[in-house]
Amino acid sequence: MEIITKTNITKDKLIAEFESSKNSLFGDLKLREAAAEAFSKQGIPNRKSEEYKYVNVELLLKGDHSFSSSKKLSSQQIGSTQFLKDAIVIVIENGVYNKEHSRINPLPQGLQIFNIAEANSNETFQKHFSKYSDIKSDPFIALNGALASGGVFIHVAKSAVIVTPVHIIHITSVSEATILNSRNLVVVDENAQLKIVESYEIIDSSVKCFNNALTEIAVEVNAIVDHYKIQNEKEFGNLISTTQVLQKKQSHFSTHTFTLSGSFVRNNLNMVLDDQFIESHLNGLYLTNGTQVVDNHTLVDHRKPNCNSNELYKGIIEDKSSATFNGKIYVRKDAQKTNAFQSNKNILLSDDGTINTKPQLEIYADDVKCSHGTSTGKLDADKIFYLRARGLSEISAKKLLMHAFASEVVDTVKIEALREYIEAEISKRFE
Amino acid sequence: MLSIKNLHASIGGKEILKGIYLEVKAGEVHAIMGPNGSGKSTLSAVLAGREDYEVTEGSITFNGKNLLELSPEDRAREGIFLAFQYPIEIPGVSNVNFLKTALNEIRAYKGLEPMEAKDFLARLKEKQKLVELDGKLANRSVNEGFSGGEKKRNEIFQMAMLDPCLAILDETDSGLDIDALRIVAGGVNKLKSKDNATIVITHYQRLLDYIVPDVVHVLFNGKIVKSGPKELALELEEKGYDFIKEEVGA
Repeated sequence: MEIITKTNITKDKLIAEFESSKNSLFGDLKLREAAAEAFSKQGIPNRKSEEYKYVNVELLLKGDHSFSSSKKLSSQQIGSTQFLKDAIVIVIENGVYNKEHSRINPLPQGLQIFNIAEANSNETFQKHFSKYSDIKSDPFIALNGALASGGVFIHVAKSAVIVTPVHIIHITSVSEATILNSRNLVVVDENAQLKIVESYEIIDSSVKCFNNALTEIAVEVNAIVDHYKIQNEKEFGNLISTTQVLQKKQSHFSTHTFTLSGSFVRNNLNMVLDDQFIESHLNGLYLTNGTQVVDNHTLVDHRKPNCNSNELYKGIIEDKSSATFNGKIYVRKDAQKTNAFQSNKNILLSDDGTINTKPQLEIYADDVKCSHGTSTGKLDADKIFYLRARGLSEISAKKLLMHAFASEVVDTVKIEALREYIEAEISKRFE
Repeated sequence: MLSIKNLHASIGGKEILKGIYLEVKAGEVHAIMGPNGSGKSTLSAVLAGREDYEVTEGSITFNGKNLLELSPEDRAREGIFLAFQYPIEIPGVSNVNFLKTALNEIRAYKGLEPMEAKDFLARLKEKQKLVELDGKLANRSVNEGFSGGEKKRNEIFQMAMLDPCLAILDETDSGLDIDALRIVAGGVNKLKSKDNATIVITHYQRLLDYIVPDVVHVLFNGKIVKSGPKELALELEEKGYDFIKEEVGA
């Protein structure tokens, strides 16, 4: 009974926050009210909830929280998080778009960036906003729907090819425990192309922060989108990061999730392949240590025939940290000739680390090729010995092998400067 | 250079080496032959410092140092090189990067600065030729997807790059066709000098047509039961290992 009471306190607190602030929030109030209601019905998941059974979200939301932060960051502090030199930079500071610190002038032709709080009258925005993430499917999607504080709407016009990557920096700096709900919408129109990097960092903070970030991406007919998430929120970061993707006919979407740090990270990656001849790549790498908890939930929903999806998630788990991989693949009755592949590989470096891995394939079509595989092991002693027999110290042998293990995912990064950044961050982690 | 005295070693409580004596001097090539299960691979593993094996008695001195006190990497840094019978595949680690790391750690151990990039590349090219290793293979992941012959050539290539004092070739001829055998042996011969030494471990005599030993030792049941000039290898080939068994009364 005690647990339920606590849950209600947290839930009620969030609902109360919505009630008191709803008239000052941007956008369509009806959408927000529906989301608040959906949240209220679902409540905060606890360990009995199938989808959240490996994480104690209740605990993270316990106690008093703010829902915004007035703390302002200096341009120097923000500059420190801009790891891509050649990029269009969008700064989301404490859950709100900061145009002044963004680097968006001039924008290439065909690319438009709007403050999401001012996008409501845009036709494309109206057509896509909140259409893909299902508020009934997850309490945090619902919570974000109710309390979204800010973010951007990015639109790539038909046939525009944006060569320079767009880098959305979610930067958080708070002085008291805070819950933030940032929200982005990306629409890539027919035959257009975009590379987009979302990074998450917390700086100059010494209290925990809970980020419930949601990005919806619509990939229209024949469009190509290359998407990256770089999560590096260090010890105070608690992050729920939902990426909701809709793909149309003949589109290509690749996504790459790198979880480098953060006290708690939950990724919900939901992909809907809504037409034929679609290609989707899902890559992920998580490096966990200390008492970190990282949970990757992915869903690939094959709705139509002749599509390919390929998923590769790898993790290195150290100390008392714990990692979860749950990969769902649905192949609906109509989705004949589907190729869907999934692989999850883990290296467990300590006796106290935990890895939960759960492939979940539901196949209702009869002419498909689907496979999944998972492995968890230690670093191979024979390989270590081979390297040492050539003069490498045990430590550098292990480092080399960990880099090698990670490289299969890192090598999928197509933006060279980003790949170099990730490699450097990984090297730091292995020091 | 190398002095093994009364070496006893066991694995999982089972004694494999039962008192080995061996003296190897600079400039020499020693062949160790013996039937399967005689302890040949155990000897090479113990020399390289494989931790699964427990040395229960005896000593190994290498250039005046107690080898048994050294970690595998320090043995390599002191100049011991083991060409593996079954080279390990390491996906994701490029041959070049691996060799650069190895070479520079060996240099650091000796108090030397890391090798200049251009010197390293020059050396890489030169040594690749020695074993006729395709440049593409050198850039690939260590042994990944290599044929048996390519793996063995890659071992000799690594040996050429690291320039060891004592090379131990553990059944380097196994699984090699005659062309690959010639290339591998040719590489080893070109690396021979008056300052280094080679131990060739093999089951068959054929390799010794190409790498001519100064001494041939017969290992049987964990002991060296007979040593002699290179002709001993031919005799073994002709008569089989049974004649040794009879000689030693086993």
